[in-house]
Amino acid sequence: METLTLGKSLNLGLRRAMEDDSKVLIMGEDVGKLGGVFRITDGLQKDFGDERVIDTPLAEAGIVGTAIGLALRGYRPVVEIQFDGFVYPAYDQIVCQVAKFHYRSRGKVSLPMVIRIPFGGGIGAVEHHSESPEAYFSHTAGLKVVACSNPSDAYWMIQQAIASDDPIIFFEPKRRYWEKGEVDTAAPLSSAYPLHSSRVLRSGGDATLLAYGPMVRTCLDAATAAAEDGRNLEVIDLRSLSPLDMAPVFESVRKTGRAVVVHEAPGNIGLGAEVAARISEECFYSLEAPVLRVTGYDIPYPASRVEEEFLPDLDRVLEAVDRSFGF
Amino acid sequence: MTKVERAAARRGGKRSGPPEPEFVQLLTPEGERVSHPDYSVDFTDDELRGLYRDLVTVRKLDAEATALQRQGELGIWASLLGQEAAQVGSGRALRQQDMAFPTYREHGVLYCRNIDPIMPLGLFRGVDQGGWDPVAHRFNMYTIVIGAQTLHATGYAMGIVKDGKVGDDDETSEAVIAYFGDGATSQGDVNEAFIFGSVYNAPIVFFCQNNQYAISEPLERQTRIPLYQRAAGFGFPGIRVDGNDVLATYAVTRAALDNARHGQGPTLIEAYTYRMGAHTTSDDPTRYRVASEVEAWQAKDPVVRMRKLLEKQGIADEAFFAAVDEQARVEAVALRERVLSMPDPDPATMFDHVYPNGSPLIDKQRAEFETYHASFEGSH
Ligand SMILES: Cc1ncc(C[n+]2csc(CCOP(=O)(O)OP(=O)(O)O)c2C)c(N)n1
Ligand SMILES: [Mg+2]
Repeated sequence: METLTLGKSLNLGLRRAMEDDSKVLIMGEDVGKLGGVFRITDGLQKDFGDERVIDTPLAEAGIVGTAIGLALRGYRPVVEIQFDGFVYPAYDQIVCQVAKFHYRSRGKVSLPMVIRIPFGGGIGAVEHHSESPEAYFSHTAGLKVVACSNPSDAYWMIQQAIASDDPIIFFEPKRRYWEKGEVDTAAPLSSAYPLHSSRVLRSGGDATLLAYGPMVRTCLDAATAAAEDGRNLEVIDLRSLSPLDMAPVFESVRKTGRAVVVHEAPGNIGLGAEVAARISEECFYSLEAPVLRVTGYDIPYPASRVEEEFLPDLDRVLEAVDRSFGF
Repeated sequence: MTKVERAAARRGGKRSGPPEPEFVQLLTPEGERVSHPDYSVDFTDDELRGLYRDLVTVRKLDAEATALQRQGELGIWASLLGQEAAQVGSGRALRQQDMAFPTYREHGVLYCRNIDPIMPLGLFRGVDQGGWDPVAHRFNMYTIVIGAQTLHATGYAMGIVKDGKVGDDDETSEAVIAYFGDGATSQGDVNEAFIFGSVYNAPIVFFCQNNQYAISEPLERQTRIPLYQRAAGFGFPGIRVDGNDVLATYAVTRAALDNARHGQGPTLIEAYTYRMGAHTTSDDPTRYRVASEVEAWQAKDPVVRMRKLLEKQGIADEAFFAAVDEQARVEAVALRERVLSMPDPDPATMFDHVYPNGSPLIDKQRAEFETYHASFEGSH
């Protein structure tokens, strides 16, 4: 076991994937000498060379589009998008091309690529650096979408994503890059928790909190606070946003009868709506209250000096739990 | 020295590949006026002193902003250090009626448009995202998404044609300038802007500040030919100017803007310069470039050469230089004080202005937000 930050875990996961498979490439802006603006690729160009860790021209459509071509040649490109708000120039390539190659070729080719996106707010950044665009991609058939929330998952999920033949959008909770946790770096990849599975991180019988990425920590903290008031909250990390792994969620909600979904992205037509709909379809007779959502508001991400008011926090999560108990 | 050697010496930092082509220069790093067959400027002594004052002031204000960031008063700052001449030269070349589309670094252009330098600081402090009327100020809000503004600028220029505002009269016909960096030239948006500008013969100047870096990536990551030569493929002229020479930058930009307003279509100007500081205050350039390269460019400082010129021509004395420094200092102090007193916005205002016609969804969320926050009142 090692104690690592989430960022360092990603770095080591990428390193291990590159050691295990010489076809793995890293592509992106400033990923080489600089090691990425968050240093997630730190030291990789030095050790694997600039043929495998590629500083690209400043063009996201170009990065993803050429990664498609490299994937067709048998490479496994891992693309870094510098910030969430800069993925949109590549949106066409991702949605129209990456997502559809396998389908259009009737399964004759797959594009085993990973598109890493640091996402979410809470770091006091200027506009376009704090967004949560996961719903756009989760809505797109042909893409798989995951989000890691802690160092151990970061280490394993990035390797699993790279090893998968599906194209995967890999969301990294940038404000949690510096949070530490235990990682068993010596274990074999095959022993890792399955990539597209949600996971119960804390069990409790009174209500279920559902989150992914940066909001998992917030929900765990909320559960700790609630426990002091005698309420036991179950916390589930969804981990895979598309496909969603709902079985553990249904099991939990059948037990608790109450669910609150939490994400930073705006609520309107968001992932929380999908999760709530599925729960009400499957667990209708177990529900003691409607599934509630705690999300960012339906406004453009605001100026950083007010972002704390925009982002769901422990108080807003607990307030929703209270409301759930009010039904 | 041969011509090629002189050009190499001017360039500073060693780069691989063939020697860089010449650029338009009217003022050498030593402060000598030189002539160019196609470009010249006749500045009065007052105007020359004014340009010097601009250069000193924008550098001083920029340093103040960097200091404010270090002290936690700004979230981030993108310094223009080293690019003063490119910005002052092009900014002063704009006529009153012209429109500018900046990136996030054009504080010097903004200053030369006689706009209050406090205006963009809200963005960097994190209290707003611009908040000014681009058309009223003839200066768009800063654009952070690389290259996007070049298309907006081109569309604006297309509108000038539709409005019949292209013509021979320099006082009424309009032109647009779009700022972007060397890195931005790789973006699809920028290349599409070149195409639209070209086929619609729009009155636009594409002003690329080639400061040699896109964060950590040197120019070689974006291009194998000099950037200004890209213009040929799009069907309009491209020209490289010494971006550390305020006189040449002024002359080249003024000519390109006037050509545009007269109906001759776009020009790509590559202002060859250097980013002396970090990309932003979040960046650590020691990871990707060597000190000797920075030192070589130090010798080509845009402010120093202008001061040398004024001294050589005997049109400014110690008292003048001291007065300029003092005035810049006073402006910087005033800026600092105003930044410190910039209030945080009332959080409920984040629900304002999402739509011109409002939205019931937002109204509901604002009401809930206010009720929720009222519930905390008195509980602390
Ligand atoms: C579409 C997009 N991708 C990535 C970024 C992140 N980013 C901000 S500045 C920058 C480099 C820009 O370089 P250049 O165009 O040369 O301008 P400079 O900063 O040197 O003035 C990058 C990659 C961004 N802002 N927008
Ligand atoms: Mg640059």
